[in-house]
Amino acid sequence: MIHQYKLNGYNIVLDVFSGSVHCVDDIAYDIIEMYENNDRDFIVREILKKYGDTEGVNESEINECIDDIETLKREHKLFTEDVYEDKAFDFKNRSTAIKALCLHVSHTCNLNCEYCFAAQGKYNGERAVMSAEVGRQAIDFLIENSEGRRNLEVDFFGGEPLMNFEVVKETVAYARSIEKKFDKNFRFTLTTNGMLIDDEVIEFANRECHNVVLSLDGRKEVHDALRKTVNGKGSYDIIVPKFREFVKRRGGKNYYMRGTFTHNNTDFTNDIFHMLDLGFNELSMEPVVCDPSDSYALTEEDLPVLFEQYEILAKKMIERRRQGKPFTFYHYMLDLSHGPCIYKRIAGCGSGTEYMAVTPWGELYPCHQFVGDPKYSLGDIWKGVTNTQIRDEFKLCNAYARSECKDCWAKLYCSGGCAANAYHATGSVTGTYEYGCKLFKKRIECAVMTKVSEYEDGLEDSHQTCEDCDSCL
Amino acid sequence: RIITLNTRNLEKSAGCGECVCAKKD
Repeated sequence: MIHQYKLNGYNIVLDVFSGSVHCVDDIAYDIIEMYENNDRDFIVREILKKYGDTEGVNESEINECIDDIETLKREHKLFTEDVYEDKAFDFKNRSTAIKALCLHVSHTCNLNCEYCFAAQGKYNGERAVMSAEVGRQAIDFLIENSEGRRNLEVDFFGGEPLMNFEVVKETVAYARSIEKKFDKNFRFTLTTNGMLIDDEVIEFANRECHNVVLSLDGRKEVHDALRKTVNGKGSYDIIVPKFREFVKRRGGKNYYMRGTFTHNNTDFTNDIFHMLDLGFNELSMEPVVCDPSDSYALTEEDLPVLFEQYEILAKKMIERRRQGKPFTFYHYMLDLSHGPCIYKRIAGCGSGTEYMAVTPWGELYPCHQFVGDPKYSLGDIWKGVTNTQIRDEFKLCNAYARSECKDCWAKLYCSGGCAANAYHATGSVTGTYEYGCKLFKKRIECAVMTKVSEYEDGLEDSHQTCEDCDSCL
Repeated sequence: RIITLNTRNLEKSAGCGECVCAKKD
């Protein structure tokens, strides 16, 4: 299967099952489009009819191009067959090793964001904070269930995790005290709204967290419209100075700003550019996922605007890179040459299998977006996974689980999509959240285009190397 | 008329679990 598209002056051909990316001229683009359903003589005639007046286009040239296409096909770089479908079904027997936990250290929050999927941090339950004992048990549970995995991840999440900072510190200290004994390497992440950032938090996070996720929606009026304090006031003026200090003392790396855009700011690139103006250059901006009846819900009519915004963003990234002022956008961070293996591409995020969320009282859920839905309770950190039926359901939640994805060119990029979004949109974790699919595909087209532009500029393989990064040390 | 970018060969990649990795390949 292939996917062809034109964007920003480039003709791009993706070979779905080999992962190959080709940049072609107009003639090759048209030949590839005709190749599977027409014979050579027909293709030559049609190309001569269309391009016969173009210098350098003759029968010999066209045949040479067709020969190149056939060579790529023989080399399994074009029109490659799907040889992975059977591997997807091996996944029911896949390992049950757990390598990542999302610790909900706080089911309470000092902001009252209107679009919060966690219902102001309480997940439709009572306010709660995790005890140090539960934090330690979660670390023990992760080590005991990680089998041979060495790299283990723990996210401090909420609610607002800094409302329970003491337990965050104690949990990290406990993990650090035993990681060498068990030959493990813990990577900690902190997601925060910024309200409680101070010197102690900055020093701690810069010492212990391999990444921090900082919530900012962009322009002041956009951010303050939906991210308010419990007193109903905007939070922008409180958090932006704290975030700037945090990022500065972090050396400007191993963080990212995470924004949410809604129907109220479909011109979201202006929010990204505002963050650039503030000095932030590791950015993400996510479409709100909410009840369609909410006033800020994205609509079908918004889609063409959003597609254009993603293109504007990709072009801006290229422009800034060429000016020596690069920035990153979460969804455009493709690594074509050292990206994930086919198993990872089929399996996706690993929610419910290798990644789970832990509530303040130690209950396990497939991921943070299922917390509070009793149907998806997996067990707890003392007895382990007792609801194996749900775990088995998530084992099979992959790129080949949905009939709607059968002919989709993007399935080995999205792995079948987010199970939580599918569940909330369709009632099934193996459903498809079609709106999200449309945005995802547009983002991948833009992301690949930025990589093609890097190739054009002689920067292929310009991804960050280990020499530039200490994320996993 | 066709430029092929350097991409990881997915067929060859066919999962250690330590990770939209490869260096040894």
